[in-house]
Amino acid sequence: MQMTAGEKEAREVAAKSDTNREIFLPPERQRVKDGGKPHVSAKNFSIFYGDFEAVKKVNADILSKYVTAIIGPSGCGKSTFLRAINRMNDLIPSCYTTGTIMFDGEDIYGRFTDEVQLRKKIGMVFQKPNPFPKSIFDNIAYGPRLHGVNDKKTLEEIVEKSLLKAALWDEVKDRLDRNALGLSGGQQQRLCVARTLAVEPEILLLDEPTSALDPKATAKIEDLIEELRGSYTILIVTHNMQQASRVSDYTMFYYEGDLVEYAPTKQLFTNPRDQVTEDYITGRFS
Amino acid sequence: MSKSTTGSAARSSASSGRVKTIDIVNKGLKSRYRKEKRFRVYGLLSIIASAVFLAFLLSSIVFNGYSAFLQTYIKLDVPVKTGMINEQNPRRSDFQGIIKAAIRDYFPDVTERKDTRELYSIFSSGAAFQLREKVLKNPPEGDTTISLWVPADDDVDMLMKGHMKRDVPESERRLSDKQLRWIEKLETDKRIEKRFNTTFFTAGDSREPELAGIWGAVKGSFYTMIVTLVLSFPIGIAAAVYLEEFAPKNIATDFIEVNINNLAAVPSIVFGLLGLAVFLNFFGMPRSTPLVGGIVLMLMTLPTIIIASRAALKAVPPSIREAALGVGSSKLQVITGHVLPLALPGMLTGTIIGMAQALGETAPLLMIGMVAFIVDIPGGFTDPAAVMPVQIYLWADSPERAFVERTSAAIMVLLAFLVSMNAVAVIMRKRFERRW
Ligand SMILES: Nc1ncnc2c1ncn2[C@@H]1O[C@H](COP(=O)(O)OP(=O)(O)O)[C@@H](O)[C@H]1O
Ligand SMILES: [Mg+2]
Repeated sequence: MQMTAGEKEAREVAAKSDTNREIFLPPERQRVKDGGKPHVSAKNFSIFYGDFEAVKKVNADILSKYVTAIIGPSGCGKSTFLRAINRMNDLIPSCYTTGTIMFDGEDIYGRFTDEVQLRKKIGMVFQKPNPFPKSIFDNIAYGPRLHGVNDKKTLEEIVEKSLLKAALWDEVKDRLDRNALGLSGGQQQRLCVARTLAVEPEILLLDEPTSALDPKATAKIEDLIEELRGSYTILIVTHNMQQASRVSDYTMFYYEGDLVEYAPTKQLFTNPRDQVTEDYITGRFS
Repeated sequence: MSKSTTGSAARSSASSGRVKTIDIVNKGLKSRYRKEKRFRVYGLLSIIASAVFLAFLLSSIVFNGYSAFLQTYIKLDVPVKTGMINEQNPRRSDFQGIIKAAIRDYFPDVTERKDTRELYSIFSSGAAFQLREKVLKNPPEGDTTISLWVPADDDVDMLMKGHMKRDVPESERRLSDKQLRWIEKLETDKRIEKRFNTTFFTAGDSREPELAGIWGAVKGSFYTMIVTLVLSFPIGIAAAVYLEEFAPKNIATDFIEVNINNLAAVPSIVFGLLGLAVFLNFFGMPRSTPLVGGIVLMLMTLPTIIIASRAALKAVPPSIREAALGVGSSKLQVITGHVLPLALPGMLTGTIIGMAQALGETAPLLMIGMVAFIVDIPGGFTDPAAVMPVQIYLWADSPERAFVERTSAAIMVLLAFLVSMNAVAVIMRKRFERRW
């Protein structure tokens, strides 16, 4: 992300004002039906870039159908951990893992695991909206077409359903054939969510999905996450602790590659067990 | 520079506490603006200088060459009587004789042998070919007179275009006083005039400037470029895609990369030597042909295309790859579905620039015999051919004054091709360019 110095400063100030609030009061969360089973489980799972251990011996279960937030100072390994779940790190030649990480009882890095199939089930939305330079329709239909859906009627249904789920349908239903790059940043990001939903994943990985968006668009994405909670297992990386407290059921706090604390969001924000966690959420460092 | 000034300013203000940082910044700002201004002036000057040189070059080429697009023609009424044309085989009739008879008819008072020879020489030898063509196309029935505008000899052409002076002693010009008088007679009869020089655009090379044309070289260049394009585009793109997307990062690929970059800087004549040794001597391919010329130029353009294509591939934002992978594309699907379409404009631009380079290349072609004097217009990839820059080189080397203007005219034609190729590159880039 390119930022001018001014933007950077403004963002830092904003982040400070967030973290300066001493107490976050996460809302009461309802239990989710059929949720709470371990969907992704990491055991002694480490991720290396060459010699550098970016994520260290993580042991954690991510629970199905709940929203789990990953917070921590920048460079602590949040994205690295998230991208390991759908093997996006395979793109980086120096990156390798030790330990195991399972998805539905299947080793993600197993010898017989097909990463293309895996990514179909574990969809990802990135920090910067990245629609294809194609029409809105083709953006959403891209995944289903890839997986063999060619019938026009079915595709139209999928596109409508996905856009409805991503709360974008009303805004774009009259211009599905327009280039997706003509949408605003927030719309583009919701389009990316819709594109991911169109291949019917089980898990949704969101890597700082709102950091490039204005507050209004951010609120829409947060509402969307709330909508999707209970239907998908959602992991969201965020540097905004208010956001984490607002949208998530569970929160992981990473610090320098270690998973320092992992607890229900309310507990983590109101009664952190670890001193580093407390220092971080009370804004003593960021 | 400016950074260190402000830095020290901040420090001094901290120590003294009185000097305001902003004042020092403002002071530094003035010299900064001055520097920037000076820098801009330098840049502007160099642009003006290059523009002047370019304008000078272009105008001298146009000034020298524009007259080649006109050619002096003389109107000749050729009486054709039965018996003059060979009945069985009209091709073998003595057309030269018929033309000469027509010329003698027009100048009845020229009788001496020496004089008639001088008289004939103000007409181009192409006159007989022109008559032949006309007769073969529609054979005359009975006695007729065929009116022809035949090309004048190049010396007459130069005289008419003012490149040769009339008012100098006879020994100082290439036309005799008698010849001048005959030309004056033609002028008063309105039988001599400058017309558009179609020959220049339809003929091959010739020893006679008035019969020489660029078309043979244009076609030669065309066939050569086809060979170059057909070979270098797929090979270059495949190599670039492999190196950029699939090749493992190790010493071998580093070595290949260094070599490709170096090959782009190898003098082109070396590729000609390679072509001579490998394609002509070892594989025994036909010399002087577009086939071999195209292969040699392919070797020369490949590095350019590969480097440009790799740059285009690198410029595809990783976010697009991630997006495609994120919804379950395989690596190949990402490349064919997203990366290649986005990189294609850049690849095409690189290819066209490489082709334009190849189009203007002479040195490697000299080595494989494409400097031969070739009159016939090539009809295919294995016919001996010249290419445009070689044709320019050959004409520039000829002593006749009339070839000087043809050289410049040929340069104009070549430049027109180069400019239009570059224009196509720009249009393609604009057309396919996408925002993201
Ligand atoms: N491609 C890479 N190669 C080497 N080191 C990397 C790479 N990507 C990230 N890192 C390092 O790994 C650590 C974790 O990075 P990341 O997961 O991106 O942090 P964040 O928590 O801000 O998302 C950082 O120290 C970063 O420098
Ligand atoms: Mg990150």
